[in-house]
Amino acid sequence: MRTNDLIDMLATGASLEQAGDPWRRLVYAIGSGALVSTILMVKAIPVNPDITNAIQLAAFWQKLGFAAAIAAVALLMVFRLSRPGVRLGNVFPALMVPILAIWIVAGIALATAEPEERASLFFGNTWKVCPFLITMLATPVFAASFWAMRDLAPTNLRLAGAAAGLFSGAVGAVVYCFHCPELEAPFIAFWYLLGILIPTVVGAVVGEKLLRW
Amino acid sequence: MSAERLQDLLVRGLDGDSQAYRVFLSDLTGYLRSYLMRRLSSLPDDVEDLVQESLLAIHNKRHTYDRTQPLAAWVYAIARYKLVDFLRGRAIRDSLNTPLDEEDGFFASSNTDAAEARQDIMKLLDQLPEKQRMPIIHTKLDGLSVEEAAQKSGMSESALKVGVHRGMKALAAMVGEKR
Repeated sequence: MRTNDLIDMLATGASLEQAGDPWRRLVYAIGSGALVSTILMVKAIPVNPDITNAIQLAAFWQKLGFAAAIAAVALLMVFRLSRPGVRLGNVFPALMVPILAIWIVAGIALATAEPEERASLFFGNTWKVCPFLITMLATPVFAASFWAMRDLAPTNLRLAGAAAGLFSGAVGAVVYCFHCPELEAPFIAFWYLLGILIPTVVGAVVGEKLLRW
Repeated sequence: MSAERLQDLLVRGLDGDSQAYRVFLSDLTGYLRSYLMRRLSSLPDDVEDLVQESLLAIHNKRHTYDRTQPLAAWVYAIARYKLVDFLRGRAIRDSLNTPLDEEDGFFASSNTDAAEARQDIMKLLDQLPEKQRMPIIHTKLDGLSVEEAAQKSGMSESALKVGVHRGMKALAAMVGEKR
């Protein structure tokens, strides 16, 4: 086909406006994903029975804040990476803020604890399931963000996939906070982060294929 | 300043002014061609294909353009993405496939009567997937407008346009002619 014919074809048609706003669709997709993962948490691995006491503790909010801060930065990355030619800005330093903060708190907690208590601060009672449950709760958000991003135009597919994975992992962690009885910073600093990083790595790996347009 | 003029044309196009949009696309084509020619100087035959791929991508992804954003950054990112995608695909193809030169040459010197031409076209069209064949039959053989063809085939207009473009490209490849 000649290029001029293509231009004619593209420029003619009932309307140039697209049906539906894909940005709104991204927001809806992410919202529905988060809702599904909340339902999954409530049904499959119920809410912490002690949640009413837990939410009165600073340590609970520290845990939730850590996951929510990562989710917020990752969401910004998802938006920026879905739009061609938009700079990422200082998202990487911003991402390091919650991570370094929890590492510092965890380091202090480990350093000031009695040596025989350190293992229990780090492993808690649930380290074996924590990263996998976070990954499981991330799955609906992961699928939803990938689905919505395919309508947009990511140009760095690996990084865009990683950002979507990071976001879903962090949302999974936020939801998981309401199940998880662990409150110690060393536990959060490692096992939560690991749970968030699993979908991030998966996202980077599958991004190249799934986000191609 | 041409960047501002192009941006203005695009914005008017996005607001529904199809005349402005057409001027935007055709002015942009020159910039795309010159960018891609510089980058693909060793593969001049592929430049025009990639110009069309980029135009199609810009059209299909026009909703990702933020009106406060510099147009050059947006267009450049899309053209560059399509270029990288093309080069990557080519590298994979080259490593997997043996050259098809002989088959290409077989069709290159074809010489058929006009009476047989339509029949041959239909044979070639039969090799295309449904979503490329029907758009071409509707718009190119039956002479319907894109809008009518979209209604008739139940496809969206943009899917139909993509079908025509991809189908025409596949047909061109089948008969062994570039462009």
